[in-house]
Amino acid sequence: MKFDDLNLIAQNMRKNILTMIHTAKSGHPGGSLSAVEILTYLYFKEMNIESPTDDKRDRFILSKGHGAPALYSVLMEKEFIDKDSLIGTLRKINSKLQGHPDMNKLPGVEASTGSLGQGLAIANGIALAFKLDKKDNRVFALLGDGEIQEGMIWEASMLSSHYKLDNLTVIMDHNGLQIDGKNDDVMKVEPIADKWTAFGWHVIKADGHDFVSLEKAFEERKTIKGKPAIIIAETIKGKGVSFMENMASWHGKAPNDEELEKALNEVGGGK
Amino acid sequence: MAKATREAYGNALKKLASNQNIVVLDADLSGSTKTVEFKKVCPERFFNVGIAEQDLIGTAAGMAIAGKVPFASSFAMFATGRAFEIIRNTVAYPKLNVKIAATHAGLTVGEDGGSHQSIEDISLMRGIPNMTVINPADSTEAEQAVLKAAEIYGPVYIRLGRAAVEDIYDETYQFELGKGVELRKGKDVTIIATGLMVQKSLEAAKKLKEENIFARVINIHTIKPIDRDIIIKAAKETSAIVTAEEHSIIGGLGSAVLEVLSDEYPVPLKRIGIMDEFGESGKPNELLEKYGLTEENIIEGCRKVMKLKNRL
Repeated sequence: MKFDDLNLIAQNMRKNILTMIHTAKSGHPGGSLSAVEILTYLYFKEMNIESPTDDKRDRFILSKGHGAPALYSVLMEKEFIDKDSLIGTLRKINSKLQGHPDMNKLPGVEASTGSLGQGLAIANGIALAFKLDKKDNRVFALLGDGEIQEGMIWEASMLSSHYKLDNLTVIMDHNGLQIDGKNDDVMKVEPIADKWTAFGWHVIKADGHDFVSLEKAFEERKTIKGKPAIIIAETIKGKGVSFMENMASWHGKAPNDEELEKALNEVGGGK
Repeated sequence: MAKATREAYGNALKKLASNQNIVVLDADLSGSTKTVEFKKVCPERFFNVGIAEQDLIGTAAGMAIAGKVPFASSFAMFATGRAFEIIRNTVAYPKLNVKIAATHAGLTVGEDGGSHQSIEDISLMRGIPNMTVINPADSTEAEQAVLKAAEIYGPVYIRLGRAAVEDIYDETYQFELGKGVELRKGKDVTIIATGLMVQKSLEAAKKLKEENIFARVINIHTIKPIDRDIIIKAAKETSAIVTAEEHSIIGGLGSAVLEVLSDEYPVPLKRIGIMDEFGESGKPNELLEKYGLTEENIIEGCRKVMKLKNRL
């Protein structure tokens, strides 16, 4: 797939995300918009995934579960779930689109996540099982840069390298913000790359909104054997909507009618 | 013969090793939890995650998603306490097929003291939707419970002990998940017990018989889902109940039985368990005595509850 096509998908995803959260009157636009290109690249370029149930498919775990609208959007664009019937149901009673992903309610959701810091261990478990069964499936997990403040992430990161999980790739959505403000002010996470390196990971840096950069990173990952790898993707929280970009206040707030219109106009033109 | 339920766990895991889907995870206590027995026969499907109980449960969850049947083990204190939220959100919420077999439960872990004595684990696990909670009374029951847990789908918590417990069952015993076992008939009072308190309840009933008090003894090995029928029947037929457990009186078997009775058929009930307090270092038997978990405590409870019944 050409990058122009990926750009179009990313554009649609942004519209989906904003529409969903606006209709729900709650949700997390900031961290959903920052992950759009990463998810687009994974689902349309990198992962081997033809259907949400195919045994051979690669698995994606959204550890930062509040980015659910981004995951739902990519599943819609992938036509694994029906956009028209579902887009207005986010966070509503009896919906398949729970506030945080529920694997038993929606096909394509590989694990129930949302409580931060738990996704990497899940990804490890799946990757270990694939190794045990001598399967070639790969596992990808998207982590937020805030959630690595959870101790369990570091327990899990040790396990990934101890068991040499080279079928596992973590992408860290490094947008620098969490609910209470900048990561560096709330609880400093830097130097992030050094931390992952020290825990036995191969670290790759990328621009999380640039498909060329992402492609380079994922291609580099394929050359690394015998260890887990992390792509630290530099991103902008609220990417694509001027008044949301780099604003911690848009971590978990829905746009009103006027804000939605403005936001849709801004993302409509493409990247 | 006396044998610890954790020993039975090791035996059961060896039997399960022929099932290629079984994987066993431990957090650096495999010698104590007896998961090492599985490692000996099947090292490729044994995973030590290090001293990291949250990761233990999270990794098991991932393996279950990939179709494995993981048994995750540590001491009950850490498996249920440290990892509670992971058990709730990553395992039980999506109803994953993870088995948590936790050893060294209760006061009888002994000398390690209050920090290691899990007296609220039944309460914690019972409160989680989708979770099955099993507390075996002896090694025969423990072994069968582990084998059964591997057969059924969904999250299961199995509570195991460090200290040896006397045999209650012989080789003819057949464990039925969710079914209480009437071990002794009786019309005057019912003792509903779980875990190592089952043995003490049988002893208490024997002594009561010498005074012409006929106590029924029921073993509730499956605390959740609990056998409501056997409890209601006992309430109707004996009108007085004593519960006995090596656990806090808050949230464990006693609470579970009270909930059933309150809904269906209230009768006087006395809970024998650890009062709302922490344990301390000591030999298992010294601790059971100090914290009120003896035959005498059960007998006293029976007398008290029968007095209440006669007043009604």
